[in-house]
Amino acid sequence: MYRYDAIDQRIVDERVAQFRDQTRRYLAGELSEDEFRPLRLQNGLYIQRHAPMLRIAIPYGALRSEQMRMLARIAREYDRGYGHFTTRQNLQFNWPELPKVPDILALLASVEMHAIQTSGNCIRNFTSDPYAGVAGDERIDPRPWAEILRQWSTFHPEFAYLPRKFKMAVNGAAEDRAVIRVHDIGLEVIRNAAGEVGFRILVGGGLGRTPIIGKEIAAFVPWQHVLTYCEAILRVYNLHGRRDNLYKARIKILVQALGIDEFRRQVEDEWQHLKDGPSTLTEDEVRRVADQFEDPPYEALADGDPVYLQLVAANNPFAAWTRRNVRHHKRAGYASVVISLKKTGVPPGDISAEQMDLVADLAETYSFGELRVTHEQNLVLADVRQADLFGLWQKLRDSGLATANIGLLTDIICCPGGDFCALANAKSIPIAEAIQSRFDDLDYLYDVGELEINISGCMNACGHHHVGNIGILGVDKNGEEWYQVTIGGAQGNEASIGKVIGPSFAAAEMPEVIEALLDTYVAQRFEDELFVDTVRRVGVEPFKARVYSGRVGGKKKVANG
Amino acid sequence: MAKVIKNGQIVTDGWQVLRLAEGDSAELVAVPSGPVLVPLTVWQARQADLAGRPDVGVWLASHEPASALADGVEQLSVIAVNFPKFADGRGYSTATLLRTRYGFRGELRAIGDVQRDQFYFLQRCGFDCLQPAEGKYSDAQLEAALASFSDFSEPYQGAVDRPAPVWRRMQRGVAA
Repeated sequence: MYRYDAIDQRIVDERVAQFRDQTRRYLAGELSEDEFRPLRLQNGLYIQRHAPMLRIAIPYGALRSEQMRMLARIAREYDRGYGHFTTRQNLQFNWPELPKVPDILALLASVEMHAIQTSGNCIRNFTSDPYAGVAGDERIDPRPWAEILRQWSTFHPEFAYLPRKFKMAVNGAAEDRAVIRVHDIGLEVIRNAAGEVGFRILVGGGLGRTPIIGKEIAAFVPWQHVLTYCEAILRVYNLHGRRDNLYKARIKILVQALGIDEFRRQVEDEWQHLKDGPSTLTEDEVRRVADQFEDPPYEALADGDPVYLQLVAANNPFAAWTRRNVRHHKRAGYASVVISLKKTGVPPGDISAEQMDLVADLAETYSFGELRVTHEQNLVLADVRQADLFGLWQKLRDSGLATANIGLLTDIICCPGGDFCALANAKSIPIAEAIQSRFDDLDYLYDVGELEINISGCMNACGHHHVGNIGILGVDKNGEEWYQVTIGGAQGNEASIGKVIGPSFAAAEMPEVIEALLDTYVAQRFEDELFVDTVRRVGVEPFKARVYSGRVGGKKKVANG
Repeated sequence: MAKVIKNGQIVTDGWQVLRLAEGDSAELVAVPSGPVLVPLTVWQARQADLAGRPDVGVWLASHEPASALADGVEQLSVIAVNFPKFADGRGYSTATLLRTRYGFRGELRAIGDVQRDQFYFLQRCGFDCLQPAEGKYSDAQLEAALASFSDFSEPYQGAVDRPAPVWRRMQRGVAA
């Protein structure tokens, strides 16, 4: 994992000092609310329903044990003993006190962490594949590139006040696990026919009010030029993105208005001036960063540890967990373990300070002291010996962290929603919990198979509802909370935006709506066909017919649209 | 006389900013004598008359492109870029282009909603003169604001002030 040098450390230390002074001036009345807002947002600090919310950056989802312990300490000393992992691989605290935020940032800086650019109209924290470096289908490790881009984007003076937020993601595997198709810029690090490393670049993807799949702006940009190419995109956007309407200000709207060909022409014109300039990357710098992502000291092991296989055969709950939560590793004798933060009754992505300490210890014992955060709001121990899986499972189970539901319908992606967020139209956590409670039979879950349910409490789509196989969006109808349902969305290489099935539902109806969707799927599916593939094959109609049957003129009251 | 910050020093300065009022026309508006920054439209309408005056500069509105001054940039000793709101960040790209694309070497001034928490970014994009709105800061506050220029000592990426990124400027990898 990347370790700070003196320059990185000084930058985060100086950020703490800067924000401490800004907070002081705000509290002294020298900075107005409007003046302070963009400054605090660029440190991840929102003013929420109950208290400020602080979003801490976890660049490309990578954490060391000591960092996780610091998050646990902050949760205890400055919050209410828990935190929430987000769909951008970050961590949020919901109850910090504004005057104490500079102290929190100072604690974070002491373990090479920060909250820089986790909100605001700037280049946000980079996201990437949580299985980077260990996945069997990886072509090129995306982490060094994400780190190089992170540094380039940190306090970039030209792009600190963009028309709107700007999200970037990097993927380096055959399967897109970084959802690059729904980012403002999605980067796929690839090799061309000559074996040279470069980037396929997508632009103008995004969720929110206007969900759009990103378009390819460049099929191959040699690695030396990735920073200048991104600068060219950002400059065209900064100068020409709309600033008159908040809802039309994302780069996707500009790309749509100009068309990808004209947008590309403008970017390439700009790039001609920047290409080969001082921001052109050097082999030395790439090697310096890449060296820090070398493999940990793996042991030479064989797959199929006999004791492990024996335990799988003998212990059903353990076997179920290995089927759902244990992933193939590129090295024989090793596996990657997903720690589910989707136990029924716990808001998705939430973790207590005690659990943070525990997983920090487990990472040290079993996985070279490193953890990953997934955008599905779970944690990963990337490098566990197969022989250690049983011991690890027992410890996780004892702390409520071994729910065997990864990729199943109870592994719900969910934003904090109306319980916490000031932007939300509706609550999302109780919907997740009601669905989890209804479908708590593991046999049924396994029969239904892989299915992603994503819930957002508003149009901003923090719960990525558009790309959920089943997406649930909280909407406001005359002051009441209603839920609109989409089906057929997907992330990954075949990313697609879900289709609305019809009028929205009251909260209490949601479990039965999901049940009707699942019944339709079970009735329609071919053997082994995934939910999303059935929807693609048969279309929305059969699902819609079942969900709404008996509703028109019946006792069910359904809001329009 | 306004207080401005030039190359990191607070100085008193006599440049006026001519802004067109409702009904003013660029062709006819009176251009005052003495150092004056005129809107781009006035400059474009009356360049032949005004180009002889060394005490006339031009200011760009946030939507006006740097390329509008590409020809004749060497005739100007001062160009200003207006920030209608500090969060309108187009001026950072405009300044960068004036310096790097069009080779402007004269004074580049930020006017409008110019605040200390953006000084660092403004300086990095090539502004060498910052003019906070009249009355925005007391003398003491302006003095204190000078600290903002050194918010960060070694920026990662290249920009106008330091074109080389940090990994070209110095040896990296020395432990913290």
